[in-house]
Amino acid sequence: MAKRTKTKLLGTEKLHRIIDLCRSLEERGLDPFLLDVDNVLETIKELFPEWKNHDELCLDAEAVNEIASAINLQSKWVKHRSTSLHTDPFLIEEKLRKLSKEEIATLFLKSWHPTIELEQISPRSLTEAMTYWQDLVPLGKRWLRTEGSWTKTGIATKKELLAQNIIAEKEFSKELETYWHELKQKAVDGKKIEYWDFIGSETYAETANRAYMASFLVTYGYATLEIDRLEEIVYIKPHETPIPKMGNKQAVSVPIPVSLADWKAWREGRAS
Amino acid sequence: MRKKTFYESKLKQATHTLFFKHHRKPGAKGWELRKNLGSNYPKILALLNRHLEKLDLQVKTVFEEEKPPEKPTMAELDKARFYITLRGALTPKETKMMGWRIDDIAGLAITISTIVARKGRAQRKDVEAILRDKLPDWRTNINLDRYIRSGYIDEDDKGQLYLDWRTRAEIDEKILLDLVMAK
Repeated sequence: MAKRTKTKLLGTEKLHRIIDLCRSLEERGLDPFLLDVDNVLETIKELFPEWKNHDELCLDAEAVNEIASAINLQSKWVKHRSTSLHTDPFLIEEKLRKLSKEEIATLFLKSWHPTIELEQISPRSLTEAMTYWQDLVPLGKRWLRTEGSWTKTGIATKKELLAQNIIAEKEFSKELETYWHELKQKAVDGKKIEYWDFIGSETYAETANRAYMASFLVTYGYATLEIDRLEEIVYIKPHETPIPKMGNKQAVSVPIPVSLADWKAWREGRAS
Repeated sequence: MRKKTFYESKLKQATHTLFFKHHRKPGAKGWELRKNLGSNYPKILALLNRHLEKLDLQVKTVFEEEKPPEKPTMAELDKARFYITLRGALTPKETKMMGWRIDDIAGLAITISTIVARKGRAQRKDVEAILRDKLPDWRTNINLDRYIRSGYIDEDDKGQLYLDWRTRAEIDEKILLDLVMAK
């Protein structure tokens, strides 16, 4: 077993070396015939039965792919050498080193035929440009100065943060428990009370806030809703202790509209 | 329209299309010329080339393939790009007037020769090392960037330099290498 693991490790290392060699041929422009294709293919063939898992097989495929790229480079190399442009790069670089700047520039000028390119405005585009210029609003009007407002920085008090609703007066969980205790007091002996009797308040804003808290009481298992579909009355019933999950029962959402009209109707009904 | 007038008008159209820059690159593609001049545009370009000879200019055809075809087909011509280039050579005095210093030209010659000799690509750091032999250190980078901006060479994300469209249009690589080797 240990011998097999060692063989695999060595094999992986060999594949990595082949991949690196193929890549360096391309990246560093080395002679692609440095790679002995027959030899590396033989190695890959010998190692192939060792590969079992996905990563190993991917590495094998990558090595084959890199060898294919190296063969492509060899083909290009042969083609280039067969053309009249083939010159030993070291010889060229040596010649360039020996020549002075002036000599190199003079040689280059003999093989350089610069392109002719003209950029000229036409009477038509000149007319268009003049029309544009006449219609252009002066900079002073385009970039009207706007005065930025400066606010002095300082420390905000808790009262100010409360007034801006940035922080709540009580912690949410504590506030939720306050509402739960209130509900338990109102619903004597664990009986249910009408939902609107619980959330209804003197102002619409406070009513909306209580409806918001009531939704969390139900969601977090502090209370439950009961709906009389015949009378269309919604009741809320407190739990003695919070029940986080309702067993295997599927949770359902109950949308209850708390509109301004509903709130007014509730107030009128209470007054009469 | 008389035949002479027809060709005169087409010659003018060809001159306008090739001399004036329409895109980022100068010149025009074969298919653009076919659209402007008609399907016999190679004949009109040959005529223009004859006229330009007197002015020491020429119509240069750069094919998409590295090795230009001996007898190009219409499809190959449509894909090729046509430029107007100088037919003869410039003198060092004239290049100065064009804004090229002798250092810039020598640097360009070294860069192109090195890339051609290395089968069309070379590492930027290798070219920089060769340039540093002749140019001050601070100029090598500036010059290479200038050659890239002008379209003589291109650089990939691995720092390899290649010959770009302007070298293929303006420089006779074989003559350049032959001249360097002959020295």
